[in-house]
Amino acid sequence: LPAQDQPAGKPVTAVVQKIEIQKLRQGDNLILGFSIGGGIDQDPGQNPFSEDKSDKGIYVTRITPGGPAEVADLRVGDKIMQVNGWDMTVVTHDQARKKLTKKKEEVVRLLITRKSLEEAVKHSKGCHPRQ
Amino acid sequence: MDNESTYSGYSYKSSHSRTSRKNRERRDRHRLKNRDGSLRADKSVMIQAPGEPLLDPESTLVDDRDDNWGETTTVVTGTSVDSISNEDLTRVSKDLEDSLPLDCRRYISPALGAILGLVSVITPLAFLAIPQLLWRDTLDPCGTPCEGLYISLAFKLLILLISTWALFLRPPRATLPRFFVFRCLLLALVFLFVASYWLFYGVRVLEPRETDYRGIVGYAASLVDALLFIQYLALVLLEVRHLRPAFCLKVVRTADGVSRFYNVGHLSIQRAGVWVLDQYYSDFPVYNAALLNLPKSILTRKMSSFKVYNLEDENPNNSTGQSRAMIAAAARRRDNTHTEYYYEEAEVERRVRKRRARLVVAVEEAFTHIKRHQDEETPASSPKHPREVMDPREAAQAIFAPMARAMQKYLRATRQQSYHTMESIINHLQFCITHNMTPKAFLERYLSPGPTLQYLDNNRGRQWTLVSEEPVTASLRQGQVFSLKRLDFALVIKVMPLPFLRLAEEFIDPKSHKFVMKLQSETSV
Repeated sequence: LPAQDQPAGKPVTAVVQKIEIQKLRQGDNLILGFSIGGGIDQDPGQNPFSEDKSDKGIYVTRITPGGPAEVADLRVGDKIMQVNGWDMTVVTHDQARKKLTKKKEEVVRLLITRKSLEEAVKHSKGCHPRQ
Repeated sequence: MDNESTYSGYSYKSSHSRTSRKNRERRDRHRLKNRDGSLRADKSVMIQAPGEPLLDPESTLVDDRDDNWGETTTVVTGTSVDSISNEDLTRVSKDLEDSLPLDCRRYISPALGAILGLVSVITPLAFLAIPQLLWRDTLDPCGTPCEGLYISLAFKLLILLISTWALFLRPPRATLPRFFVFRCLLLALVFLFVASYWLFYGVRVLEPRETDYRGIVGYAASLVDALLFIQYLALVLLEVRHLRPAFCLKVVRTADGVSRFYNVGHLSIQRAGVWVLDQYYSDFPVYNAALLNLPKSILTRKMSSFKVYNLEDENPNNSTGQSRAMIAAAARRRDNTHTEYYYEEAEVERRVRKRRARLVVAVEEAFTHIKRHQDEETPASSPKHPREVMDPREAAQAIFAPMARAMQKYLRATRQQSYHTMESIINHLQFCITHNMTPKAFLERYLSPGPTLQYLDNNRGRQWTLVSEEPVTASLRQGQVFSLKRLDFALVIKVMPLPFLRLAEEFIDPKSHKFVMKLQSETSV
């Protein structure tokens, strides 16, 4: 479906982590060192990292070893919720790419969520009453 | 007659009486011995299109073309088989060819074919007529069945005549070196049929004066049936068998490497040669000897390698050493010529393109000077400036002047000036004007080299020599190579079989075309 005909996204609550990545200059390009997949114009069933197979969000599919993303502790399978304040949960793949590769920005601040974060919070919540 | 067979001529052709057939058999035996014996070298025989003088001093020919003249046939076969050689045969055949003027040879075979055809058509009618004429009184009366047979006979003869006219009565376009096996087979068959029917008729009907007229009519009808079947056989052997493609021929011109691929069926080598030549005249661009591979400036430089002065006497050991030194030096020098060739070629191409642009502009402007005169033009336009009405020839001459120089320069740049005279250009211009062609259509003839047929005048025939290592009546086989030679270039033909095709089937349900989106986009940022 084209972007304008997508059904409205449902409200989402998630535990997020802030990650700041400094872009690396390679020749004429500024690269971040990871690959993204997903988007509202893509097939969500093919996403190997999502729990809910109807999730059309943007996921990190690959990290270049030694690149800026690895240095900033971004991991494969992370779902990107925001980039520099721009929402990434209901965007097309190309829109997401454009938000990440703006030539004028040297730093991107991502809000990402991952399964292990949720579990860590649950674990700490669960542990808390005991303590 | 057998050798002098013509391509696509008649199927009914008479050779001769039985005596010369004996000579023919003797000659066949002689030829077989020759083939196994001394003639191991390439046999080169001539395919000769009619009209051209026969003697081509550069081509060697081995030819047994000698059986129209019974006396000389016996002379040739009379000599001992072991001692006859290539040169003797060549000399003999050349003498024979000199004796008969060329035009006669072209028309002998169709004439003889016509005679045999006429004889075979008249025969059934003669079978019917002779008893009526000679012993009408004693014949059994024959009512309705005979009349039915008369009708069927008449229609079959009509069909025979029409199909003979449609299929076989065409002027031959080529003369082949050896006899055309299938045609001779059919002629012999026809002759045999007709002769044996006459024999039977003479012995069983004429002598005892047979009275059963219905039987005679039935006999004549059976002859016509047999002739129809022979014609069917002729159709299959001569026309249909070679239509289904079985081989692919690669034809390469030795002079400039232009090559084409053709699909043919089962043919003999000589027939394949004629077929290839037919395609050659309309497919291959004309051979322009003026277009060399390397431009002149480079060639002359290559030829003037440094001189080697021989200070001592000529010594065989020394000369080989010298030539080796020269070759090595030349090889080292050759390193530079490719860059020169590259720049020279770019220069030539640029020049040609500039002249072509000038030519196109000149022609376009010239064509705007004339327009077709409409007869319904109002007289109001004419009184002040009466326009002179011209016919196409004058119009062509009028607009040729402004474009003449540009045309000449362009033709000279592409080395085509020998193919187009001023007269021919004006003729072509007149032709284009008459048919309302645009300037681009007029120029099409000069901007690209056309097929050879475009530059031929049809009055003279074309002389080609077929060079082959195998007898030219052998049929095509994989891996054969033969060539058709002309004075300044040759066409080399290689035979390749078409591959055997295994066609399998696969059924696709139209409802099975379904698509899903892939998570294909993995963009790296």
